[in-house]
Amino acid sequence: MCTYSTEKLDVTASSGKGPDGWFPLRTATVYYDHPVHAPHDHTVNIDFLNPEQGPSARVAVELSLETARELLAALQVTVARAEHH
Amino acid sequence: MHYDAVLAETVSIRGADDDEVEAYTARPMDGGSRGGVVVIHHMPGYDRESKEVVRRFAVWGYNAICVNLYSREAPGAEPDDAAAAARALGGVPDARFVGDAAGAVRWLRALPTANGKVGTIGFCSGGRQAFLSAVELDIQGAVDCYGAFVVGEPPEGFPVRMTPLADRVGELRAPLLGLFGNDDAHPSPDQVDELEKLLKEHGKTYEFHRYDGAGHAFFSVDRPSYRVAAALDGWQRVQAFYATHLTGKA
Repeated sequence: MCTYSTEKLDVTASSGKGPDGWFPLRTATVYYDHPVHAPHDHTVNIDFLNPEQGPSARVAVELSLETARELLAALQVTVARAEHH
Repeated sequence: MHYDAVLAETVSIRGADDDEVEAYTARPMDGGSRGGVVVIHHMPGYDRESKEVVRRFAVWGYNAICVNLYSREAPGAEPDDAAAAARALGGVPDARFVGDAAGAVRWLRALPTANGKVGTIGFCSGGRQAFLSAVELDIQGAVDCYGAFVVGEPPEGFPVRMTPLADRVGELRAPLLGLFGNDDAHPSPDQVDELEKLLKEHGKTYEFHRYDGAGHAFFSVDRPSYRVAAALDGWQRVQAFYATHLTGKA
């Protein structure tokens, strides 16, 4: 639909918590598209997935563009600090 | 009082490669002879609103069906989880969609109330698939609601399988109704112009309606993109189009 833009990355040594508890993450898709739930026409969406465990092994977020920018900045700061840890 | 009972239910039908796939159908219960409609769900999946559209067509007097195009990736999953799984795997291959849609058309034509005429309607990525169905299948009308990449190339590195169909406009076998928002970027107004030009060049029967103040997904009642005026007019156009092409004997 819509913007159709999707980035996909492999996820290693990471975990997420879904409806059935914690599970290892394998991939993440990041895309700017219509949300299912958030009150905007378009949001930055991230799906953390583990396809081996089925479609419901999913941690999903739909972020407003403003929140996505703030998250990006927070990740940059945190990752930079972690590199000096 | 008019008898207006409608039966709506989930069924299993044979799709591409003779696979068993899930589908949702709604049919009027007053007998008679009627056309069929294949509803093609948007990329967010076989969701509650797609099923409401199926019931709408039954209320209008058609046998209607919507195949869960993500049946294989995510059987029984919630629609948003299924859509996420399908997206991560690159979307629905065209050949598989065509096989599933052909199965839905066969299923409709086999109903005792079928008049033999079948139309398709698709939203979002389903709009492009509705166009494709009119190229590949023996149907009597197709409705493309803001489908992207009928013309225009997907961006570089685009991971969802979707090739433009501009070179297949000449193969279109059924009348086409196109409904588009002028604020949409996929398809953009320029791309709608380009598609219209190709349809004219090939002498195809088509009807386009384009709405100001509406963007992508203006039919989606549960999303901020919903635009009342465009949706109301759009539904009237769909009703008139099917009344012309799906009634009477095949």
